[in-house]
Amino acid sequence: MSPTPGTPRLDLRGLCKSFPGVLVNDRVDLSVMPGECHALLGENGAGKSTLMKIVNGVLSADAGEMWWEGQPVRVQTPSDARRLGIGMVYQHFALFESLTVAENVALGLDGAPGMEALSERIRAVSDGYGLAVSPTRHVHELSVGERQRVEIVRCLLGDPRLIILDEPTSVLTPREALALFEVLRRLQAEGRSILYISHKLDEIRALCDRASVLRGGRMIATVDPRAETARSLARMMIGAELPDLSERRTTTSEDHAPLLAVNALDMDRDDPHGTDLRDISLAVRPGEILGIAGVAGNGQNALMRALSGERLVARPEAILINGTPAGHLGPRARRDLGLAVVPEERLGQGAVPDLSLADNALLSAYRHGSLVRRGLVRRRHTHGFASRVIHAFNVIARGSESEARSLSGGNLQKFIIGREILQAPKVLVAAHPTWGVDAGSAAAIHQALVDLRDRGAAILVISQDLDELYTLSDRIAVIAAGRLSDSQPIHAVTAEDIGLLMGGLFTDHGPTGPTNDDTTMKGPGHVA
Amino acid sequence: MWPRLEARPERSRVMVYLTPLVAAALTALAGLVMFGALGYDPVEALYVFFVAPLTTSFGLSELVVKATPLVLCALGLAVGFRGNVWNIGAEGQLILGAIFAGGLALWAGDANAPWLLPAMVVAGMIGGMAWAAIPAFLRTRFHANEILVSLMLTYVAGLLLGYLVHGPWRDPAGFNFPETALFGDSAMLPALIEGTRLHAGALFAIVAVGAVWVLLMHSFIGFQVKVIGLAPRAGGYAGFSQARVVWLGLLCGGGLSGLAGMVEVAGPIGQLHPQISPGYGFTAIIVAFLGRLHPLGILLAGLFMALTYLGGDTLQIEMGLPRAMTGVFQGMILFFLLASDVLIHHRVRFGPRRAPAPAPTSTPEPETGGTA
Repeated sequence: MSPTPGTPRLDLRGLCKSFPGVLVNDRVDLSVMPGECHALLGENGAGKSTLMKIVNGVLSADAGEMWWEGQPVRVQTPSDARRLGIGMVYQHFALFESLTVAENVALGLDGAPGMEALSERIRAVSDGYGLAVSPTRHVHELSVGERQRVEIVRCLLGDPRLIILDEPTSVLTPREALALFEVLRRLQAEGRSILYISHKLDEIRALCDRASVLRGGRMIATVDPRAETARSLARMMIGAELPDLSERRTTTSEDHAPLLAVNALDMDRDDPHGTDLRDISLAVRPGEILGIAGVAGNGQNALMRALSGERLVARPEAILINGTPAGHLGPRARRDLGLAVVPEERLGQGAVPDLSLADNALLSAYRHGSLVRRGLVRRRHTHGFASRVIHAFNVIARGSESEARSLSGGNLQKFIIGREILQAPKVLVAAHPTWGVDAGSAAAIHQALVDLRDRGAAILVISQDLDELYTLSDRIAVIAAGRLSDSQPIHAVTAEDIGLLMGGLFTDHGPTGPTNDDTTMKGPGHVA
Repeated sequence: MWPRLEARPERSRVMVYLTPLVAAALTALAGLVMFGALGYDPVEALYVFFVAPLTTSFGLSELVVKATPLVLCALGLAVGFRGNVWNIGAEGQLILGAIFAGGLALWAGDANAPWLLPAMVVAGMIGGMAWAAIPAFLRTRFHANEILVSLMLTYVAGLLLGYLVHGPWRDPAGFNFPETALFGDSAMLPALIEGTRLHAGALFAIVAVGAVWVLLMHSFIGFQVKVIGLAPRAGGYAGFSQARVVWLGLLCGGGLSGLAGMVEVAGPIGQLHPQISPGYGFTAIIVAFLGRLHPLGILLAGLFMALTYLGGDTLQIEMGLPRAMTGVFQGMILFFLLASDVLIHHRVRFGPRRAPAPAPTSTPEPETGGTA
C-alpha cells in the first residue's frame, strides 16, 4: 500500500500545540509503519486526545509537520483525513439512537449513496470481518458492543489505511474484547496500520507491536511492549512507582451486621431505555469491598439511583443503611445515616461544571461540619474544605476557586472521591470510580478506597473494569439484565466465570438463584 | 479574509460583563440608521431618546420611578431564571399585586390608618404570590409548562382587573370611566423629594436588591437554586429538591412583582385603572438578562431600560415619533444582547482560514465499497 517499503505510513515530526496557558503537545514525534499496531499510552491530560485530533483534522498544530506515506500533508478537516485514508473510532459513540444503522452510517459519509446500496456495503464489510451488524436495526436496540461495531464498520467503509481507536475496550465484556482483537489482527494482516489508545497495559502487550508513551505533552519513549511489564509501562506513563495494593486484607468479619443491605429490591424502569431491577439482594459488612461487575446498561444506573436515594423505594426495609430502613429516604437523609456516593457521571452529576471546587465541595458535604450556618454558606469553610480535599488527594488544580470543568477527568474524580471520603462515611457507594481516569489517578483512587475500607467502612463498587474489581474487591457479584448474582469471595471466581455471567446470567449457567430468604451471601464455588 | 468564530476553551469572564455594553452600543448604532432612514436627524433623535431625559432633575426622578417596578420584577424573575424556572408572567403577578393592594386601599377609604401601607405591601405580595403559585402547583404536580401557564395567566389577570374597574370597583363619581376612586392619603407612598413623583417605593427596590443579593449569592437555598439551574442531575445527586426550587422561584417572582404592582398603584398612579403597567412585567425579563441575573446588574439594567420608556415619551413629545419607539429599542437591546452573547463562548478571528486542504499528492480517491 505504501510507495516505498520502509516509509512510515504516518510520520509526525515535532508537532506542537498549545492552548492558552498550556503547552499540550511539545515537539511530538511519532511514526506508524504500514501493517503495524502501534499503542499510544499516556495519562489523562498527557496530550493524547489533542494529538489524535490534530492527526484527524479536528485541530490544527501550531508547529511541526505531518508526513503521510512519504509526503508532507496538511490535514485541516476530518474529511481531509478521511480522504488520506485515516479513520477514527471514538471512545464516545456519535450515533443517533432513533435512526437505523444504515442511516447513521450515511450521515457520516461525504457523498450520499442510496440506502439500499449502502446497506449492501455495510453487510459486505460486516460479514467480511465478522462484525455482526444489521443495517436495518435501530441504534437504541443495540448493545454497547454492537454500537462500537457500527462505528468500526462506518470507519472501514472509507477503506482507511490508518485506523485510530480510542479506548475501544472500555465498554466491552472480556469476550467482546477478544472478538475485537481478532478483527484488529485481520485488519493489520491486510496491511492497515492501527493506532491504539488505551490505558489497559495488558491489552497493549497482547496486541501491539510498538508502544509510544506520552507524558506531560512530550513523547517519553517508544518501546516494544512485549519486552516490558505492565508495571514498567505504567511507570513510564506516570513517571513514578505505582503503590502496591497486592497485600490484601481478608479478615472480613462475618459476625458484623452489614452496614449496607439491600433486600429483594424490585424497581420498575422510569424511562423507556432503563432497566427494571428484579429481586436485588446484597449486603456489605464493615471493612469489606463488594464489587459489582457487569456490562453497562444492565441496571447499574437504576441500582445507583436506588442506593443514593435519587429514586425512592416504596418499601423502606428494601434498603438498610447501618441497620436503619432507608428505602423511603432521600439523599439528604441517607447521608445523615452515614452514606456517601460517588456517582457515575463526573460532570453534571458528581460535580457542576460551571461552579468552583469550593461550591462543588458544598454540593454533597453540606451536612458535614460547619459549611452552612443559619441558612448561609460560609465561604471560608467551603474553601477550606475544598483545599483539604485538594491537598489530601493530590488534585491538580489552581485552587479551590477553579471551575470543575477546568480539571482533567482524573483530577476531578480524585476531587469527588476525596470529597466523599473526607466526610468519613460509614458506607460508600461508588460507580465506575476510575472510568476514563489515568493510571496514576486510578492507583491513588484505589488506594484511598482500600484505606477507607481498612478504617472499617463498607464499600460497594460498581464497575465494568474487571481488573479494577479484582484489585479492590473482597467479594464480587455480577449484574445482568437487572438481576444480581450471589456474591462470591473474589478468589473463588475467575475472570472467565464473571465474563460468562455478564453475558448471559442465569441462562447458560443455570440459575444462581437470587436469595429471597435473607441477606447473607452463599458460600463460594457454585458460580462456575 | 472573512472574520470567523472560534470556540474559546473557557468562557470569557470579561465578555460576561462587556456584552451588555456591546449590545447597548449596537442598539444605539442601529437607532442611528433607523432614524436616518425615517428622515430624522439621527444624532438629534438619539440625543432626545437617550440623553435629554437625564438632563433635568424631573427626568432623573422619573427614571427612578420607572426603574423601580422594573427592578423589583426582574429581581424576582432572576431567582427563578437561575434555577431554570421560566416565569414569563410577572406582568400578571404585578396586576394581581395591584388588585390586592388596591382593594385594601379602596376598602379603607379615607380612614387615617398608619397600618394601611404596611398591610398593602403584604397584600400586594400575597396577591402576586398567589398568582404565581398556580403555575408552581401545576408544574410540580402535573409537569405543566410554567412558561405557558404563567404567560396565559397574565391575560387572565388583565381581564380580572378590567372586570373590577368596569364593574364592582368602578368609581361611582367617576363619570363612567373605567377606574376606581382615588386612594386615601394614608394609602399613598410618601414622596421622597417634594415636587417630583419620586416615592418611597424606590427604597423597597433598594432593599430588595440587598435581600436578593444575600439570597442568591450567600444563602444555601440560593446555592441550591444555582445547582438545579446549572446541572439538575447534580442537584438530584446532592438531594436538592427540584420542586422546592420551582416553588421558590415562582413565589419570589410573584411576591416581588406583586410588590411592584402595589408600588405602582400606591405611588405614581393612586388608583386602579386598566393600564396600570406599560408592560413592566415583560420588560423585566429583558432587565433580568441584561443584568446577568445578578442583583446589582439588574439595578443598572433597570435604570437603563427605564430610560427607554422616558426616551420614547420625549421622542413623541419633541419629534412627533410614535411611542412604539420604546418597544423597538427594547426589542433591539435584547436582540443584540442575545447575539453578542456568542462572544462569551467564542472569539472572532480575522485572517485567512487557510485554504481548505491542498489535495495531498499521494492520496488516491477512496475506493468505494468495503475491502471485504
